[in-house]
Amino acid sequence: MAETTLAASAGYDTEHHTGEHATATGISNTKLGMWVFLGSECMLFGGLISTYLLYKDRVPEGGISPRDIYDIYFTSASSFVLLMSSLTMVLALAAVQRADYSRLKLWLFTTALLGSTFIAGQIYEFTAFTREGLGFTTNIFGSAFYTLTGFHGVHVTIGIVMLLSVLILAIRGKITVEKAETVEIVGLYWHFVDIVWILIFTIIYLIP
Amino acid sequence: MAITEERPLALPSGDPARPSEPHLGVFRRPTTTTGWRSWLTTVDHKKIGIMYGASALFFLVVGGVEALLIRLQLAAPNGTLLSADTYNQVFTMHGTTMIFLVVMPIGAAFANYLIPLQIGARDVAFPRINAFSFWCLLGGGILLNSSWFLGGAPDGGWFNYAPNSGVVFSPSHGIDFWNMGLIITGISSLSGAVNLITTVINMRAPGMTLMKVPVFTWMALVTQFLLLFAIPVLTVAQVLLAMDRLYDANFFNVSAGADPLLWQHLFWIFGHPEVYLMIMPAFGIVSETVPVFSRKPIFGYPFMVFSGIAIGFMGFGVWAHHMFASGIGPLSVAAFSLSTMFIAVPTGVKILNWIATMWGGRLTFNTPMLFSVGLITMFTIGGLSGVTHAVAPADTQQTDTYYIVAHFHYVLFGGAFFGFMSGFYFWWPKAFGYKLGEGLGKFNFWTMLLGFNLTFGPMHILGLQGMSRRVYTYDENYGFDFWNLVATIGAFIIALSVLSFIINIFVSKKRAASLPPVGPDPWDARGLEWMIQSPAPEHNFDQTPTVAHLDEFWHRKYAEGDDGRVRRVATGDEVAQPGDGTGVHLPSPSYWPMVAAFSLPLIGWGLIFNLYLAIFGGVLLVVALWGWAIEPPDDIDGVHHDHHDADPSGDVEATGDIEATGDASADAGKADVTAEAATDAAAVPEEAPVG
Repeated sequence: MAETTLAASAGYDTEHHTGEHATATGISNTKLGMWVFLGSECMLFGGLISTYLLYKDRVPEGGISPRDIYDIYFTSASSFVLLMSSLTMVLALAAVQRADYSRLKLWLFTTALLGSTFIAGQIYEFTAFTREGLGFTTNIFGSAFYTLTGFHGVHVTIGIVMLLSVLILAIRGKITVEKAETVEIVGLYWHFVDIVWILIFTIIYLIP
Repeated sequence: MAITEERPLALPSGDPARPSEPHLGVFRRPTTTTGWRSWLTTVDHKKIGIMYGASALFFLVVGGVEALLIRLQLAAPNGTLLSADTYNQVFTMHGTTMIFLVVMPIGAAFANYLIPLQIGARDVAFPRINAFSFWCLLGGGILLNSSWFLGGAPDGGWFNYAPNSGVVFSPSHGIDFWNMGLIITGISSLSGAVNLITTVINMRAPGMTLMKVPVFTWMALVTQFLLLFAIPVLTVAQVLLAMDRLYDANFFNVSAGADPLLWQHLFWIFGHPEVYLMIMPAFGIVSETVPVFSRKPIFGYPFMVFSGIAIGFMGFGVWAHHMFASGIGPLSVAAFSLSTMFIAVPTGVKILNWIATMWGGRLTFNTPMLFSVGLITMFTIGGLSGVTHAVAPADTQQTDTYYIVAHFHYVLFGGAFFGFMSGFYFWWPKAFGYKLGEGLGKFNFWTMLLGFNLTFGPMHILGLQGMSRRVYTYDENYGFDFWNLVATIGAFIIALSVLSFIINIFVSKKRAASLPPVGPDPWDARGLEWMIQSPAPEHNFDQTPTVAHLDEFWHRKYAEGDDGRVRRVATGDEVAQPGDGTGVHLPSPSYWPMVAAFSLPLIGWGLIFNLYLAIFGGVLLVVALWGWAIEPPDDIDGVHHDHHDADPSGDVEATGDIEATGDASADAGKADVTAEAATDAAAVPEEAPVG
């Protein structure tokens, strides 16, 4: 139909077919969309981390400051738990890619469980800090600390919801080897959240 | 959670038990493609683009009325129309509305409508997220403007410097509305950016390498990257401010050791890229219209592209020039002075290239071209006064005077808005199938040019005389009377001009009924969007075009003869696709984006007034996202735009067409669009409760 007219009337050459450049990245739209979105998230956490760095040493005399309150051993343990969840996420992806659905469910569940353990640790830490006298409104260090780690915690929680959603779908047999990319994309988000925690852990707890 | 349902593609003939799964038992899948209901559920990028434009025009009228109130108040000394408090609210809402609900959405309107058409795609990468972006914008705009009726509008100026925007100095809920409303429009911009970046990077027609992408699409792409990286910083700043205002945090509590410069830095790290992302789409529009009406290709295409990218990068390195008067220290001032002067270079490159495109061309001064030339001239004036701000000693004198007001209206009104008007006149026939009248169009242009210069030209003088911005009145001995009166007269001429544009829309539509149809290519234009019928068919392209050149459509119409002269070898009508695509399977409409988007303002109102409402909104959001994720992006029972598919309810034989999509369009990205939008749906909007 239209094609014949086009080629004949416009003297339209078809040579370019030989040396054609790609007009797509080869990455699926969904995965690319997730990468782009994570780029944006970097700026979100960048803003929050900058705020924390600006405020952590500005506690007025006598106020509770970071050094008075951190329990480095406890937080190291919960950080280890979160980092291990990245490993189980990788195992989940590997399982679905070789169509091992029972392992997929196992590792998805484990990842969600490890994430939940981390969140439970964060809740414990928040209550412990509050008991020791550092509330959200106590001083600017408190506001900055709770906002930064709280934002991260909400991100982990959303990740857990996504993991559980994929798990439910996997149990219902909706996640097959062709849909392995769904697991991969949730994994991208999960690893990103872990990497952000490495940054936050270093900046908040390790750097004096 | 990309779930394309594993349903049988063909049922035994006559089987009434078609597996139409009620999603969460709430909604039946919408199927209408006409009538008002289709607009609520549409995922078509063209309809969404038109809705962006329509809501922006509505808010333009709202923001314009606010502007007229400001000018009436200042028309004469000791004005009494508005109280000081109301005046604060009016100028804050004027700025906020014009920036976030007018200029940015018009940019989004053009980007949504044109990007898929210019790159030869069927739709954007994530059609439902696209709908979500628009409804978020509308929801955020409604939330923001509801402040007028719920205890007072925000009153801290459009940049709401903390701690001045804290509860102590602004006890009404206005600034809470500002926070919540703009966090929601930020979600809109962010999801739109993810969507359009993916579209441009992944879904270009075969042969359209990056250096064959039309300049508008390039500039829109740069805009989306600016949004992607700038918006989250504003969101952070607003979250901190909201924490302070609603939950007594200490981020801007100076007595507790907080630093007031934190807000300024965060805001302007967003705020300066913001001004570039407002002007960039207009730069793109002008780069499309000037070549068409000069009958020449764009001069220095690679320079146009790379200067746009350069502006994008450098836009993130100049923010502190907004803060020269805040005591950031000589080193910072020197560094940001220099970077601000440097960013004038790529902008100057663009202006040179537009002029060089016109140089020696066969110029047609119709309305779109007049508005384009208007942008080039008016933006140059604004750019020159911008360079004077880069000189820090001068800037410390100009800060917070009407000189600044004059400058940013010259770049945003004389620049961005003139460009948008050019785009409206240029692409109107493509979107609606009729041209806007030239007579009223020229009236529109000349009154706008006159009114604009009468309003904002005198503000340079007023500013240098020492009139502060945001004063609600002035004494008659100050010597400000004359030029303020001139500015007020000018503002009403602008209002007349905008009115003539709106009248033109209706008059031209009526007149078009008696005129021959405009055809696919009314301007003898250059880009792929003119290769389809007007108004654009729902499925865009019958076949995905294969691209060999920049300005592909023009190259199909013109060729070089044996004597080396360029001749027309075909008319636009001959080259254009007939618009009767077969076997095209489009993404299906959905209620969920709108439901998800409208749960956000509920959360916003809830956080301000009543936590239960916020919880309700949150639950609604989760339900909507689940419904969205479970609903297949592509309804196999949907309409197929098929010749043999006379019955839109889709008879059995038509269901096989889901397979036909691939070979009919041979479009690399298409399969991904429809099959996988669901996953991202779960990922991106779930960010919402965070903000």
